[in-house]
Amino acid sequence: MSEEQTSRNFRANSAASIADLSLRAAMKNATDTFGTRRTAALEAIADLEALRDKASDVRMQVLDRLPEYLEKFTTNATRAGATVHRAADAQAARELIGSLLKERGVKMAAKGKSMVSEEIGLNAHLQAAGIEVVETDLGEFIIQLEGETPSHIIVPAIHKNRQQVGRLFADRLGVPYSEDPQVLTKIARKVMREKFLAADAGISGANFAIAETGSLVLFTNEGNGRMVTSVPKLHIAILSVEKVLPSLAELPTFIRLLPRSATGQAITSYVSIITGTRKPGEATGAQELHIVLLDNGRSEILAGACREMLKCIRCGACMNVCPVYRTVGGHAYGWTYPGPMGMVLTTLLTGMEKSYPLVDASTLCGACVDVCPVRIPLVELILKLRERRIKEGYSDTRERLGMRFFGAAVQRPEIFFWAQRVSRLFWPVIQKLTGKDVAGRLPEPSSRPFHRRMP
Amino acid sequence: MRVQLFGTCMVDSFFPEVGEATVRLLEHFGVEVDYPRGQTCCGQPAFNAGYRQQARGAAEHFLSIFTGDDPIVTPSGSCAAMVKHHYPELFHDDLKMGELARSAASRVFEMSQFLVQVLRAHERVFIGKGRITYHSSCHLTRSLGVREEPLLLISALAGAQFVPMPDATRCCGFGGTFMAKLPEISCALADDKAESIMATGADTVTGCDSACLMTIADGLKRRGSDIKVRHLVQLLAEGL
Repeated sequence: MSEEQTSRNFRANSAASIADLSLRAAMKNATDTFGTRRTAALEAIADLEALRDKASDVRMQVLDRLPEYLEKFTTNATRAGATVHRAADAQAARELIGSLLKERGVKMAAKGKSMVSEEIGLNAHLQAAGIEVVETDLGEFIIQLEGETPSHIIVPAIHKNRQQVGRLFADRLGVPYSEDPQVLTKIARKVMREKFLAADAGISGANFAIAETGSLVLFTNEGNGRMVTSVPKLHIAILSVEKVLPSLAELPTFIRLLPRSATGQAITSYVSIITGTRKPGEATGAQELHIVLLDNGRSEILAGACREMLKCIRCGACMNVCPVYRTVGGHAYGWTYPGPMGMVLTTLLTGMEKSYPLVDASTLCGACVDVCPVRIPLVELILKLRERRIKEGYSDTRERLGMRFFGAAVQRPEIFFWAQRVSRLFWPVIQKLTGKDVAGRLPEPSSRPFHRRMP
Repeated sequence: MRVQLFGTCMVDSFFPEVGEATVRLLEHFGVEVDYPRGQTCCGQPAFNAGYRQQARGAAEHFLSIFTGDDPIVTPSGSCAAMVKHHYPELFHDDLKMGELARSAASRVFEMSQFLVQVLRAHERVFIGKGRITYHSSCHLTRSLGVREEPLLLISALAGAQFVPMPDATRCCGFGGTFMAKLPEISCALADDKAESIMATGADTVTGCDSACLMTIADGLKRRGSDIKVRHLVQLLAEGL
């Protein structure tokens, strides 16, 4: 995935999305639904603000002592029968998982939803190595059939309407066309069941890792998460290093906040806590469990000024309310993570050179900050990244020159008002130069500015 | 009572009538209006684009002009939020400027805030007319926390009917340099906002930020709507 990053084309990508009216309708419809459900679900929590404070504090506490918690998690997960690996970057993680599967002769892996696996481009790597990968989350299944990537971190196929899914299934699966979600779900379920039983390995992500017990926690709705993690003999879980929580005592805070913020559910259909491998006498559970902890730039983020981004618990609430995301959809951002959290995380993880235009993808309206369950100061982080972009030399030349002039004029009223007069005189020229979408949208400057009307 | 009026650069260049309405209202309530000469811009365009040094320069200029103890009143939620929240932050490492910044921050009022909290203008009756809807601009609402004040003032417009706008707090698409850097998205957002406004059946849309109202006016124009766009201070000044 990283090699195909198109974040630099954000403006062209978003212009194309805007022209796609069915995409815009699907996005509006879905984000409105999730936004409304979220609001309703959180109204039931009387001490919501205190709960958000607590969630934020817990996540900060983890970040402040991350190496220690990771050490503890590793010790306890190992004790429970898991093998814990550390992967420094995407390539290391891909190769590690690839060889784990190859060494065990795996032909087919059933996969649960995992954004980290998207981040490292796992599917393409495994398929190139001759291993079939079957996505079993319904949304992921749909986009895998289409050959697309997720456009939302919780709802991967949010950009598609049911007619499109119906046509896709008819095309690729050879089933009669239907646009009835229930019929479509049944079709997907039938295809997947066969795959689950045939798969030699399950690959999943995880929402949290519990340091004190060495457990993985997964919030899922479709039951596929349980199948993937317990039916095949081998289970490989991949998660990024910051997903750790100190102990199970902190989990209820996130059980209360995460599903409500994400989908507006009081709780997801399943909350799985997986501690190690199958024990003697247990009927389910993988016999071999490998946990891959991915860094991929997180340690660097942790040491920098934008570390609060790592508090993120991937609920997607920020994108559902973001006016920009709602309008352009997730693919426009050109990498794994879209929306407000995505524009910040993508820039931090992939660097300014690959992603500098993303830093503009916000009106700074602050709707994301209002809904973030762990109080990530997204607007502040976006401002910090804009500042960093200038320092790293990726700012727009015209903007830089304009700002240099602004900086000089704003402190010298005579120059400021001279510029005001000049721009009024040359207004038609300015309009022509900047186009109808910029100065064409401004009214003509007044021939008698306010300061000249005041005594 | 005396106040210092910060007109804002938007009002100065594009909407002087909003500045005049602000003065008329304040004077009507017996407030002496001082318009400090040499005022330019609060520095928000630079600050929001990440040009901190230029923003600091603008802030230093502002703080050299707006001195003393009088309240600073401005007909813009966004510019008030800049002075209130970002000035102290810009000078967090500068003892002397930090002091001045905190003083300005403690004295700054967005106009509807000042009208309600200090002048209790909502307790008198203004003459209004038609069906009015209101756009709740982002920095006014989220950064300054001004939610009720404009609504109280609108309800003081006797003869006018208030019709709430769906998604009133959703961004209009202006976003400062955003409108120039990503015009396609900016226009799409303005179009959505225009549609929300048109859905209300209102004949007038009002708000407390000239830049947002300008973006809205453009969205409405593109939709071929003849809904009037007026700053809240204009509606109130006309209703005196």
